[in-house]
Amino acid sequence: MNRTESSPRVRDGARLAAPLAVAVAAFGLTFGVLSRDAGLGTVAAVVFSATTFAGSAQFAAASVLSAGGTLAAAIAAAVLLNARYLPIGLSVAPALRGPAWQRGLRAQLVVDESWAVSHLGGGRYDPRLLLGAGLTLYGAWVGGTIVGTLAGSILGDPETLGLDAAFPALFLALLAGQVRGRRGVVVALLGAGIAVSLVPFVPVGLPIVAASVACLLGLRGR
Amino acid sequence: MIDAWVLVAVVGACTIALKSLGPLAIGGRELPRPVLGVVAFLAPTLLAALIVTQTFADGRHLTLDARAVGLAGGVVAVILRAPVLVVVVVAAGAAAATRALA
Repeated sequence: MNRTESSPRVRDGARLAAPLAVAVAAFGLTFGVLSRDAGLGTVAAVVFSATTFAGSAQFAAASVLSAGGTLAAAIAAAVLLNARYLPIGLSVAPALRGPAWQRGLRAQLVVDESWAVSHLGGGRYDPRLLLGAGLTLYGAWVGGTIVGTLAGSILGDPETLGLDAAFPALFLALLAGQVRGRRGVVVALLGAGIAVSLVPFVPVGLPIVAASVACLLGLRGR
Repeated sequence: MIDAWVLVAVVGACTIALKSLGPLAIGGRELPRPVLGVVAFLAPTLLAALIVTQTFADGRHLTLDARAVGLAGGVVAVILRAPVLVVVVVAAGAAAATRALA
């Protein structure tokens, strides 16, 4: 990815996000299919994608309901998985200027993939890349959900296609672009270690938030 | 059906709030230098945590299943500098093949 240009444009964000959008559309399609099994209903599933716009939380909620879990458990899993958007929102805040309504609206386009793509390095984010990537991924996610809810059972069980393994692989590809230098590798491994070791002990979602403790290594000077 | 709409409304409202809180509170202003140093490592940390939990967790249990084989395939593809979509397809294919053979 070429980031040597001084001022990236919105369409650069869209271009960077294009291959991710193909995968995200496939995930959206899968979510649409799974949400039927979860008894979510077509319109509710699409509204869910359009307002929450966070795949992992939506999948978690749908899978809790499909497995016969309670409404409260589904809500808790989804909200805890999205708790990471609090620090993520903080990280992009300096890049978002303008009136409050505009900042709030643009913040909704932040999703793991658009966030990673708009990272210039060193904790600085580009608002135009974020806008271009966010809009592209939003269209892919909501569009994929619509097709999935309509096409439904024609597509069969997503697990036989290995789509559940496609998720972490997409994040892996994003991670490869984020790890800069030895300290980047150390914090990534530390974050992974914290998350995995907490899985048996705390509710779903919290291990991811707790992993951000690894970032405190960034307090030490270079 | 009512349950579905409660889920959509509560999760939607919480997520919108979580995403916009930072930008609404400090939008446009620079983060203090020490905070920026921490934020710089947020992306690799959270992505790494998402990868391992989505691969090795099943609810609150740690498991080793076809997803791990898929991730291993993805690691090879990343090392070979394959494009993102190839990484995703290789991982899905490896997991699907493992399930078909098992």
